[in-house]
Amino acid sequence: MDEVDEHVTVTGESVIVRPVEELYIIRRIIARIMVPLTQLYGLYVIMHGEGGPGGGFQGGVILGSATILYVLVFGVDEAKKRISESLNNLMKSTGVLIYAGIGLLCIIFGGYYLEYYALPLGHPEKASELGILGVEIGIGITVSAVMISIFFDLAERFEK
Amino acid sequence: MITEHFPILLIVVPLTSALSTPLIGTLNKKYCWYTAIFSISLSLFMSLYILNAVMHTGRISYWLGNWEPPYGIEYAIDYLNSYVLVIVTFIALAVTIYSKWSVEKELPEKTVLFYTVYLLLITGLLGITITGDIFNLYVFLEITSLSAYTLVAIGKKRNALVASYNYAILGTISATFILIAIGYLYMVTGTLNMADLSTKLPPLYDSKVVLTALAFFMAGFSIKVALFPLHVWLPDAYTHAPSVVSAILAATSTKVAAYAMIRVMFTVFSPEFIIVRVNITHILSWIAAFAIIVGSVLAIAQVDIKKMLAYSSVAQIGYIMLGIGLSTKLSVTGGILHILNHALMKATLFLVAGAVIYKTGIRNIEEYRGLRREMPLTMLAFTIAALSMIGVPGTVGFVSKWYLLLGALHEGKWVFALVLILSSLLMLVYFWRVIENIYFPKMHVAVAMDGGDKKKELPYTMLVPILILALLCIALGILAFIPLKIVGMISQMLVG
Repeated sequence: MDEVDEHVTVTGESVIVRPVEELYIIRRIIARIMVPLTQLYGLYVIMHGEGGPGGGFQGGVILGSATILYVLVFGVDEAKKRISESLNNLMKSTGVLIYAGIGLLCIIFGGYYLEYYALPLGHPEKASELGILGVEIGIGITVSAVMISIFFDLAERFEK
Repeated sequence: MITEHFPILLIVVPLTSALSTPLIGTLNKKYCWYTAIFSISLSLFMSLYILNAVMHTGRISYWLGNWEPPYGIEYAIDYLNSYVLVIVTFIALAVTIYSKWSVEKELPEKTVLFYTVYLLLITGLLGITITGDIFNLYVFLEITSLSAYTLVAIGKKRNALVASYNYAILGTISATFILIAIGYLYMVTGTLNMADLSTKLPPLYDSKVVLTALAFFMAGFSIKVALFPLHVWLPDAYTHAPSVVSAILAATSTKVAAYAMIRVMFTVFSPEFIIVRVNITHILSWIAAFAIIVGSVLAIAQVDIKKMLAYSSVAQIGYIMLGIGLSTKLSVTGGILHILNHALMKATLFLVAGAVIYKTGIRNIEEYRGLRREMPLTMLAFTIAALSMIGVPGTVGFVSKWYLLLGALHEGKWVFALVLILSSLLMLVYFWRVIENIYFPKMHVAVAMDGGDKKKELPYTMLVPILILALLCIALGILAFIPLKIVGMISQMLVG
């Protein structure tokens, strides 16, 4: 934390060094408000991918960027308490496995690979919509996890 | 029936196992190897089934999501792909079985990472081969390339990073060229399906856009195939990569790139266009001739066994391209057959080089003296594969060279016949150097055998794949009619 040191030297000897929690109060409060809102927006983009602009990839990036904002403000260690590396690795694989799994389900229910019409979810068009939604969710999970892990890698190297 | 879905399952099985490997690896690192073996065996089974089906019923087409091509993505399999699919899955299985101890010794901390990326590489290679959609081909090409850069960079020494970086830069340039070419074709035809492109392109053959696309395709694929003079990434990448990676890249990745090049030249464009109108095959055959000579000469100059084999790969790719470039039925048969033969021989040679590194850490050819006593079976396999590379009758190398020679003579192109004979002599020079060190050393030097079990020559999982591949180098040389039956149909399809 280079910036904290700078802050202390400028103010001179007589200043009491405050705990980190009290420093940068504006940044912290704004991040507290922004992170959940960004996540919500990311989820919105994922859920509306099949009917409007956006989708799993874009939504996943937004979802990942919420965590990146959290890391920028609260630091890598704090963020790792929330999203551990093993959970992140799990998410990276699961997302694509959901995608491939939905494709395989279509084969099991008698269709071709990724032929959502074949899924037994009521009306074929409803099945198609839900199938695409499932795929988008899978993509979203993987993309956000990959974004986070790339940023973790870079941030850790920077801190060293 | 489930067999109907084999074309897609061939891709999905290695893909899902690649993605499950990190999860399985957290349980126990050893399970990764079993996962890889299991999924690649399944793929081999499926590709053999597909080959059989194609031989009986002709072209197979699989529509993803049941969307009719050209609107949806199509997996189209004819004689050529099914043949390459079997080669890739078979070599991959042999290399995977071998990989267990080699990876454990060379990359003890990165086992999970290795198997994940390795399976992704196989997925990409199979995807390039099976797809009938040219943009899909590009996507799989990127999957293959990115995993190949990673696998090269995984190597222990710092040189591996430099090699991987060079590979990445050239590979990216090549991928960009291919993407530009695809974009041009899409611009003038509005389709990405290969079969559809081949019907829509002929009226546009005079268009400069189509010519530019062809030029970009050829340049892009030449880098991927490592055709001289665009081979510069290859020797370093193969030398510094882990042994298993060198084997799989040398045996399959350049072959698949060669397949993609053939597919674009003969299916997307037509033989009539590339041979008669533009005559790009003529240029290709001359470049290939240079590749053969230069690759062989550079191989003579090497002291590191892996680097020697890498330069020899440059020459061997020249053979495949020469066969395509001469584009008569005989020479194409030789070129396509050499895809299989070179995969077998190079896989054997690189696996032996890796086994020697595993057991003794030796990379220098001079130090091979004395290995005859310590590793007799391994050295026998090396000798068989080396003789096959030289083209001794009774081995696979002879058959494909014979067809290439016949093809050149049939056309009255004496220069290429001379190139083929000269290159065989050059190969004799550099392989004899190794064989001489193995069997007729000037003095015996005791070799320190520090790897693995001291009593055994090699662990069985390493020895058996090497011996099977070496045996196939002879078996398919004597029983050459088996691959020739398929290859004959392929060359009939391409230029007949």
